[in-house]
Amino acid sequence: MAELGAGSLLLGDPAFNYQEAELNERLKRLYPAVNEDETPLPRSWSPKDKYSYIGLSQNNLRVHYKGHGKNHKDAASVRATHPIPAACGIYYFEVKIVSKGLDFLSSLLPLSPIPGWDKHSYGYHGDDGHSFCSSGTGQPYGPTFTTGDVIGCCVNLINNTCFYTKNGISLGVAFTDLPPNLYPTVGLQTPGEIVDANFGQQPFVFDIEDYMSEWRAKIHGMIARFPIGERLGEWQAVLQNMVSTYLVHHGYCATATAFARATETLIQEDQTSIKNRQRIQKLVLAGRVGEAIEATQQLYPGLLEHNPNLLFMLKCRQFVEMVNGTDSEVRCFSIRSPKSQDSYPGSPSLSPRHGATNPNLHSAGKGNTPSHLPIHLPSVDSEMEIEAEHYTNGVAENPSARIMNGTYKHQEILQAQDISLEDSCASRQLCGGNQAATERMIQFGRELQGLNEQLCREYGKNVTHKKMLQDAFSLLAYSDPWNCPVGQQLDPMQRENICSALNSAILESQNLPKQPPLMLALGQATECVQLMARVRSGSCSFARVDNFLH
Amino acid sequence: TKCVHLPPEVTATSRHYVDRLFDPDPQKVLQGVIDMKNAVIGNNKQKANLIVLGAVPRLLYLLQQGSSSSELRAECAVVLGSLAMGTENNIKSLVDCHIIPALLQGLLCPDLIFIEACLRCLRTVFISPVTPVQLLYTDPTVIPHLMSLLSRSQRTQEYITQIFSHCCKTPEHQTVLFNHGAIQNIAPLLISPSYKVRMQALKCFSVLAYENTQVSMTLVNVLVDEELLSQVFVRMMQRDQPIDMQLTAAKCLTYMCRAGAIRTDDSCIVLKTLPCLVRMCSKERLLEERVEGAETLAYLMEPDVELQRIASVTDHLVAMLADYFKYPSSVSAITDIKRVRHWTLLIEPSQQHTTLHTTLDHDLKHAHELRQAAFKLYASLGSNDEDIRKKITETENMMDRIVSGLSESSVKVRLAAVRCLHSLSRSVQQLRTSFHDHAVWKPLMKLLQNAPDEVLVMASSTLCNLLLEFSPSKEPILESGVIELLCSLTQSDSPALRVNGIWALMNMAFQADQKVKGEIVRALGTEQLFRLLSDPDSNVLMKTLGLLRNLLSTRPHIDQVMSSHGKQIMQAVTLILEGEHSIEVKEQTLCILANIADGNTAKELIMTNDDILQKIKYYMAHSNVKLQLAATFCISNLIWNEEDGSQERQDKLRELGFVDILHKLTQASDPNLCDRAKTAMQQYLA
Repeated sequence: MAELGAGSLLLGDPAFNYQEAELNERLKRLYPAVNEDETPLPRSWSPKDKYSYIGLSQNNLRVHYKGHGKNHKDAASVRATHPIPAACGIYYFEVKIVSKGLDFLSSLLPLSPIPGWDKHSYGYHGDDGHSFCSSGTGQPYGPTFTTGDVIGCCVNLINNTCFYTKNGISLGVAFTDLPPNLYPTVGLQTPGEIVDANFGQQPFVFDIEDYMSEWRAKIHGMIARFPIGERLGEWQAVLQNMVSTYLVHHGYCATATAFARATETLIQEDQTSIKNRQRIQKLVLAGRVGEAIEATQQLYPGLLEHNPNLLFMLKCRQFVEMVNGTDSEVRCFSIRSPKSQDSYPGSPSLSPRHGATNPNLHSAGKGNTPSHLPIHLPSVDSEMEIEAEHYTNGVAENPSARIMNGTYKHQEILQAQDISLEDSCASRQLCGGNQAATERMIQFGRELQGLNEQLCREYGKNVTHKKMLQDAFSLLAYSDPWNCPVGQQLDPMQRENICSALNSAILESQNLPKQPPLMLALGQATECVQLMARVRSGSCSFARVDNFLH
Repeated sequence: TKCVHLPPEVTATSRHYVDRLFDPDPQKVLQGVIDMKNAVIGNNKQKANLIVLGAVPRLLYLLQQGSSSSELRAECAVVLGSLAMGTENNIKSLVDCHIIPALLQGLLCPDLIFIEACLRCLRTVFISPVTPVQLLYTDPTVIPHLMSLLSRSQRTQEYITQIFSHCCKTPEHQTVLFNHGAIQNIAPLLISPSYKVRMQALKCFSVLAYENTQVSMTLVNVLVDEELLSQVFVRMMQRDQPIDMQLTAAKCLTYMCRAGAIRTDDSCIVLKTLPCLVRMCSKERLLEERVEGAETLAYLMEPDVELQRIASVTDHLVAMLADYFKYPSSVSAITDIKRVRHWTLLIEPSQQHTTLHTTLDHDLKHAHELRQAAFKLYASLGSNDEDIRKKITETENMMDRIVSGLSESSVKVRLAAVRCLHSLSRSVQQLRTSFHDHAVWKPLMKLLQNAPDEVLVMASSTLCNLLLEFSPSKEPILESGVIELLCSLTQSDSPALRVNGIWALMNMAFQADQKVKGEIVRALGTEQLFRLLSDPDSNVLMKTLGLLRNLLSTRPHIDQVMSSHGKQIMQAVTLILEGEHSIEVKEQTLCILANIADGNTAKELIMTNDDILQKIKYYMAHSNVKLQLAATFCISNLIWNEEDGSQERQDKLRELGFVDILHKLTQASDPNLCDRAKTAMQQYLA
């Protein structure tokens, strides 16, 4: 009980928290590819996986020997809380000999009395400087070590080797063909022996980051110099196709045409079709879902009828946009809403805030929701770069003037919407604050409810639909829907998923791929790298997809 | 004037190019030069033809003419630069045409494009081994002007620093460049955005700092963008940097360390430079890198045992070096391809062909280079620590490799091998075991027969150790008739060789039998022996005295030597005791007197020499304990009881006041001296 108490006291210790934060930061920097939810990193010795002759203290980092130490039978060891994750690529820890006896140090699988003497266990012994690999007889390896020395152990999970360091000097490869799942371990045999571990709590004596940089450069070089040989032309065609299909998919019509002209390639889809999709997408992203549904039905008859789930999602979104006051069904009640489909009320310069946290990127490979490439479209500004056109500076100072700004000739902007208009209002109101609009919204809500019931009858209960509907209707329960627990739905960023889903459905109906190959390739690469970590291929840590995305 | 046979059709086209340079229309001349430029790129034959046909003087004329357009002048410089990219003969012809002063003159022109073309050509000419580097320094205004051009462009920076790093070959060159502000001007280039500029600037610092304390001391205090230069070098050694950069940065720090500007225990040496150089020795590196890495590492740790200890446990260095002897091998074939590829990136396409042709020669050269580098590094590693020496000799086939290295054709390898052997011969244990087992004395003796002085110095020095009394090789060496050879060494002009020769004889005479001693005296000759006693080199004098002392040991030997050479020896001893010599020399001389005093008949030579007795008396009262001890020893031997005539000698010495001195010395604070004096006094009491 006393120990527990001390433990919780320590947690409140600011110095300890600071150390913890420093440890987390250092581990994150050293092993960015490790997903600690799946494979936690070793952070201390394990109080469970140890011999009784071993005592632990100082947050389970200090090990002392409390046995008799008469012969090898009295040797004892302790291992770290977790094995070394393969995604580390290169793993390193150090041990400082605080008080010398006969010291043993290793990384090993089972808990054997002296590291290196049992099957699948590896060690470097301080009394004779020998290395021990799964047996009791050692090989001459390095120098002996004693009190005050810092001994480090580096496991290279790329080529499955291991080397030790002494006071910051690499002693050279000790073992090759190492098995996976090794634990940092230390073994002691003499009374009074004390060693302190450093799993990243302190800066290391050996410059492990320099060693890592060499391997990072090696792996990047390997990728960069991957032999293409005869297939150079083939590759070029594939790459051009990837770019082209990506542009077409998202409806960057002019860019796609220009690219096709420059590379002398053909676009599968005809211009009108691309422009139609572009128009529909613009409408969805502008929050004018009703018009988008209308346009879809007009341009692609039967599409939504064959995709009742998609229609339901669109209608739900339409309801949300009504609450938002952006859908034309409610907007027509306001003086400010031009019905024309060619002009955009609101600011075209503000795009949804694609964050680095966009959850779509990593799910893309699993064939879930199609998504935009977040790295590509962080803001409208970067889209502008694609087209090499520029807004005149200073427009942001007067958002309302911008709508009519004649200098804006940009034809390719998709994320056109009116948040800035709303933001500029003193306070946002339900359906734009219009009574008639509110009534229309409630009526639409009833229709939506009816649609849901109809779908239930035809296709059976659908939990997702029910949840969607509930969430949408919940908005009405709050006086300020924008600042309520379900208010996130009103975020314009939420339009993107439905926009992509609609776009994909249209493409599918035209027998075109519902996802651009670029996204598929990216998703696949990301998945492959994750898979490499799971099958313990260490090089994955230096071949991260985001290293190649800018 | 030169007799060159060219196929007529080739000459015709080439002649046409040259003829166009003489066209009266300047526009046509320009077009002619441009066409010539396109014709020579990558075409060695064409280059040679044009040179033979006299294109160079005409191009130089056009280049120097004030009336030429700046475009024409620049194109001329470009063509000359292209011609310089050809064979070494091309360079020779260009230099003979005085291209260097013409191009240096061109650098005064304000036009940057022209300057860059001139510098590019100068660079190509100066990096060739056939160009005398002195040509850069003949005109004293050139270096300051080049310094001022460093600010013009990245190209001028690259070419000028490359010229400097190739033309800085002597301490004088270093001083000239240093005095013209090379350090301040070049340091900022280390953080240039261009890799080539960074690299050439780095190379400049490595040649400037080499064995130059002034430069090195200045370098440690230089700041580049608020960062210490040594830290900039450390960053350049990071493992993800290009190997060439890592290696050159390590050289800079090594030279600064050896010049005393950085301590050997500084972490940038121990944790960065040393491990970086060890990495350069790994099998993954190219052959040149392995050679340079090993040589630089050997140089870095030569004077510091702690660095030697660290290196000996770093990355299995000792075992890694064993791979240096496995070339050429199947593994090296792969490395070779890598090497050729690496080169082709650096040279103009026209040189590719030559490179491939000379690959075989290079292989052989590389095998030599690798072996000598490994021997050097082993020598450095084993120069102080017994455990490291043991580790080295236990490396697979190590002794065999040294033995065969001693008789290799390449002098460089022989020298390195004997250096390695010398380093290992400092180990008593190795002398007793591996040296004897492998009969290293045999190739060593062979090496001594006919070798350049530097090899002789090392070999004879090693022989000295092999002649130590506990060395089992001593006997066979003696039997091989080495005495004549050693005696001839004592007549060498090189003090190092004289020392080694006499040193070896000294070791040989230690506890030797009468026959050997007689042979030594006979072979050396008394004249030479006494010449050596007046040698200007105090080391030679010390070892000669040592030889005398060893010859004058055991009573019968003393009497025999003294009976034949007593007069000269006593004269020499007197001279040395009267002369300006170090304490060690005088101590050694007094010890010789003590040995003489131990003889039966030889004693009389001292007893009858009042001058010597006065000198002994003087040294017994000397302020230096060592001299007092040696002098007391001498007296003690003279008055020793149980020997014929001891009574008379005791009486005489008492008369001369020695007893009083001995009495005083029994009170001496030094326990040895005190004991010795008491023992001597007891002779009187008995």
